[in-house]
Amino acid sequence: MNFSELIYEPWPWYVAGPIIAAIMFLLIYFGKDFGMSYNLKTLCAAAGADRASDFFRFEWQKYKWNLMVVLGAILGGFISSNFLTKDPSVDISEGTKATLVQDLGFDPSAAAYLPSEIFGVEALTSPTGIFILLLGGFLVGFGSRYAGGCTSGHAISGLSNLQLPSLKATIGFFIGGLIMTHLIMPFIF
Amino acid sequence: MKYLKYIGVGLIFGVVMSKAEIISWYRIYEMFHFQSFHMYGIIGSAVLLGIILTQAMKAAEMKTIEGETVNIPPKDSFKYKYWLGGIIFGLGWALSGACPGPMYVLVGYGHLSILVVILGALLGTFSYGVLRKYLPH
Repeated sequence: MNFSELIYEPWPWYVAGPIIAAIMFLLIYFGKDFGMSYNLKTLCAAAGADRASDFFRFEWQKYKWNLMVVLGAILGGFISSNFLTKDPSVDISEGTKATLVQDLGFDPSAAAYLPSEIFGVEALTSPTGIFILLLGGFLVGFGSRYAGGCTSGHAISGLSNLQLPSLKATIGFFIGGLIMTHLIMPFIF
Repeated sequence: MKYLKYIGVGLIFGVVMSKAEIISWYRIYEMFHFQSFHMYGIIGSAVLLGIILTQAMKAAEMKTIEGETVNIPPKDSFKYKYWLGGIIFGLGWALSGACPGPMYVLVGYGHLSILVVILGALLGTFSYGVLRKYLPH
């Protein structure tokens, strides 16, 4: 298989991991940091949330750069989906496919990155479906500000800087994720 | 123009997140079932190389593009904040299958229902700001 064909295949972990470290390095070189959840705080502040809480009273204009990273991320997703991907399905293990059926009753052969059971038209048109999407987002937004960072800020940047608080947060991410995946999701789906 | 480099970094981020399937709900589900090495390999190799790069930048007292010496502030110590915030984040990460970066990549990928998740994330961020003074840290 030649290089141009490899681009269309799912990229292996040993390609993705080092590129993520390089992104962190670049942002530090630019005098910033790799924290992807901060843009949510910037957006709240830009929308006038400073009237409701001091937490949003800061010069959000100084953080416009993280909205530019967001813009780039959207473009990157668009380019990947339209020009760099031929097979839209996800290369998950056979074990995961079996678990999807057993635990959640989800169709494991879906040719998409997201399950239609959570993100499809039916979910978007039912109150429960909308609630689940909003709840998932709410917990991510609330938790990342409470913990002071998300996967990029704590699990990648913080651990790279050997920060004990980031190790605690990252263990917390996994405790929460395991509880949701094993104890809660089998009941809601 | 000064913002162009950030759009560029974001673009690389978006492509990697897409092509390595990190933006896929299924990959997060698989990770929390320990059924593939994929996500652990990504996070592990990023952190391993990240440790080397971070220590090297500090040791070399590297200058940023603006001419200042690289300064990565340590995280403050708190008793509860990292555990509680981390666990809440993890619950949402597993349910929505997306952390704050991938949410935006998914918009570009064409999954518009993720906009509801982003709206939830903004509401969550706002609620934390309002409730912060009542929470243990």
